[in-house]
This record gives sequence, C-alpha cells and structure tokens, in this order.
Amino acid sequence: MYNFDFVRPATVDEALAALADEDAQPLSGGQTLIPTMKQRLNAPSALVSLLGIEALKGVKTSDGTIEIGAATTHADVAAQATGYPALAALAGGIGDPAVRNRGTIGGSLANNDPAACYPAAVLASGATVVTSGREIAADDFFDGMFTTALEQGEIITAVKFPVPQAAAYMKFEQPASRFALCGVFVAKYAEGVRVAVTGASEDGVFRWSEAEAALSATFSASALEGLSLSAEGMMTDLHGTAEYRAHLVKVLTGRAVASAS
Amino acid sequence: MKLKMHVNGREVTGEAEGRTLLSAFLRDGLGLTGTHIGCDTSQCGACTVHVNGRQVKSCTMFAIEADGAEVTTIEGMENADGSLSVLQQAFQDHHGLQCGFCTPGMVMAAAALLREIPQPTEAQIRAHLDGNICRCTGYHNIVKAILAASGQPVAMAAE
Ligand SMILES: Cc1cc2nc3c(=O)[nH]c(=O)nc-3n(C[C@H](O)[C@H](O)[C@H](O)COP(=O)(O)OP(=O)(O)OC[C@H]3O[C@@H](n4cnc5c(N)ncnc54)[C@H](O)[C@@H]3O)c2cc1C
Ligand code: FES
Ligand code: FES
Repeated sequence: MYNFDFVRPATVDEALAALADEDAQPLSGGQTLIPTMKQRLNAPSALVSLLGIEALKGVKTSDGTIEIGAATTHADVAAQATGYPALAALAGGIGDPAVRNRGTIGGSLANNDPAACYPAAVLASGATVVTSGREIAADDFFDGMFTTALEQGEIITAVKFPVPQAAAYMKFEQPASRFALCGVFVAKYAEGVRVAVTGASEDGVFRWSEAEAALSATFSASALEGLSLSAEGMMTDLHGTAEYRAHLVKVLTGRAVASAS
Repeated sequence: MKLKMHVNGREVTGEAEGRTLLSAFLRDGLGLTGTHIGCDTSQCGACTVHVNGRQVKSCTMFAIEADGAEVTTIEGMENADGSLSVLQQAFQDHHGLQCGFCTPGMVMAAAALLREIPQPTEAQIRAHLDGNICRCTGYHNIVKAILAASGQPVAMAAE
C-alpha cells in the first residue's frame, strides 16, 4: 500500500477542510477502502478518518423516522435500530461480526457496491441521504455500479428512514464473500409498497416497479404470480447467470412479502 | 506518527506510518506474533483481536486507529499464572485445532461471542464464526470446544 497522511478531525467542518484537497479521501470503517488500497486500486494522499466525529454516530428515533449517523457501525445499527426491525436485521446480516464492528452505513452507501445490502434498504424505504451540503432522495442517490450522486469533497452525514408499516429483507448469500448474490427489500407504506433489488443488476440497486404496483394492490406473495423479470441487464458471474438472478429476484420478493413484519 | 495504546493491559508506545496495519504493529512492532496473518484481505479471521472489547480483523484496520485504545490479543488470553484459560483449554481438550494457524483468531472470536452470549446455541456459534476460516478441523471440534467452554454439553446436531 502506498503511504498517505492520516488526518483525525473531531468535527464535520474540520473533515471538510481536510477533504478540500482533491487527493484526500474519507475513511470510515475501512472494510472496503483498506482492501482496495492494499491492491493499489486506490492511492489517496491523505485519509480523513470520520470515526472520531461523534456527531456522525448513533441512531435517533422520532415520530415515524429513524435517523442513523453515517459513521454508525453495522453492529450498532443491528443493536439500536429496534424501531425498524427489518433494517436492524439487515445490518446484523452484513458480512461477519468483525466486519460489522468496523463497517458503517455511510461507507456502504458511498461505495454503492452492486451486491451491498444497505442500498436496498435505503431505496426501498425512500430514505433521505443527508450530506455535508444537502439532502438527497434515495431515488436520486444511486447512480449505477459503484457510483452515487456524491460530489468530490462531499460526505454523507446521516440517513433518514421513514419507518414502514411492514418490511423485510431477503438475502441470498454468496457463501464465500457473504455479500448478496441477490437481495430484495420490500417495504409497505400507507402510500404504497416499494421493492428494491440488490446483487442482480449490472446497474446496481434498482426498484422493481411491476412488483410494487402488484403488491400495492394486494400485499401478498400471490400477487406476484403473473410477473416475471427480464434477464436483460442482470449480472452473470461464476456464482450465477443473469437468468438465475432474474428468477431469484421473484422468489426472494415473495419470501420478503411473506415474512414482512 | 507516535501512538500509544494498552495491549493486553500493558501501556505501549510506538511509531507507525499512516499505512501501518494494526496486525503489522502488533507482530513486527511489539513482537506479538500470536496474531496470525492468513489472507491479509479480511476474509479468514486469523488476525482477529479485540479493540475496546470488540472483535476486529487487525489486517483491516490501521494501527493509528487503535491509538488510545485497549487492545487484547491471544497473548492476553491466558490466566494470570500463565496457565491456559477455560476457553483455550477447551480447544485443547476437544481437539479444536490441528495445524493451529486459525486458532488465535478462533479463540478471540469465541471470547467475543461468550462475552455477548454466555451460553450460545450451536447455531449461534456457527453464525458467529462466519468470518473465521479453518482449513483443517471441519469446525465441529471448534464448536464443541466453545460449547464446553460455556459450560454446556457438547452433543451437536450437525454431525
Ligand atoms: C468479509 C467482508 C464481508 C462483507 N459482507 C458484506 C455484506 O454482506 N453486505 C454488504 O452490504 N457489505 C458487505 N461488506 C462491506 C462492508 O459492509 C463495508 O463495511 C462497507 O461496504 C463499507 O463501509 P466502511 O465504513 O467500511 O467504508 P470505508 O471502507 O471506510 O469506505 C468505503 C468508501 O466510501 C467512502 N466513504 C466512507 N464514508 C463516507 C462518507 N460518510 N461520506 C462519503 N464517502 C464516504 C470512502 O472514501 C471509500 O471510498 C463486507 C466486507 C467484508 C470485508
Ligand atoms: S489475515 Fe486478516 S482476515 Fe485474514
Ligand atoms: S487448525 Fe489448521 S486452519 Fe484451523
């Protein structure tokens, strides 16, 4: 790994000042960034650690909304987001205990891995990504594989989730990496049902609108019976073909509906 | 950069570059070679240590991030008189190791589990070991050792 300066700000303003240098990069849990730096796929001149900024940590619940600080670890979300059980369960199923003790929601969203879990929860919940400069609706945040609406020097500070009436995340785990070979998050709100799919598309997380319409009319796995998802644009790799993934999406959506609570 | 931390209850100071991994600082800086490096890519868990009581993969954390922290490695797991702890002894008694390469990580992961759940079920043990890979034992004897260390019978479903 190439060397770099290590910066430890105590406030968001100090972090932004350090990130004004375009070769500097934020470091959160490091569970994605450190491995890519070891491979020299990434060589920032400075790493700006967000984990020392108390204002970026914690889970707050206020009528109907759960707000999670960007530097909150997966383990803390699993333990503290009790007001949104499907979200807590998703966090508790990421990777393994050591990854969950370091990895954070902000790092996961900024990275937007096409097989990551949190993007599905954020998109299905119609959550709001709060950054150092603005608020971004989930529908405008994810911009294809490993790409988001974030600008250079902009950091995620928190995510606000409206709590649904019922929800569930179904993850078909790729047993070696423990990422989602395919994952579906279903969330039912008074205004309708949202369905977000991760691990399947070459464009990263997406909403399955036909399923949303069918489930908004009847919230039951049987409402999906006539639907099918095209394999076009789905990923093919050694773990599964595009057709397999398209099929899995439907199976997992049905299971998510059946277990939503 | 200068850094200071408590490792196995002892205050240590040292020098590290930004890129120095905690695993390298423990092994090369402090000579605590019980923490093993298997994959160096956060897959195998051989490098598992506790930082402020939480299990982490020391190959995927910078030493400077542990500045001021309480770090526990496998060298800190023995009893005060130097004998093996209950958990370590259980690994020996139940043949929870063969080559022993994964064992420091397995013991550290198991110790974190038992602190959180003093009497875990077999399923909870297996789920907790998701990030710890052993290429020798087939895991059954590791699971038995952890059941035994928690004072439970070692009869297992999945054999
Ligand atoms: C063995 C293993 C298994 C895993 N399994 C899963 C899994 O099942 N599901 C899953 O979803 N993920 C999984 N992950 C990934 C894990 O969840 C990471 O923690 C996560 O993707 C990145 O979060 P981080 O806090 O570690 O970010 P970092 O690695 O610190 O950063 C990742 C990227 O985001 C940027 N960044 C970080 N924080 C911010 C911020 N607040 N604002 C703007 N940019 C920021 C960084 O500059 C970097 O580019 C796994 C990882 C490992 C090692
Ligand atoms: S050496 Fe750290 S996880 Fe394998
Ligand atoms: S005992 Fe050899 S790797 Fe586990």
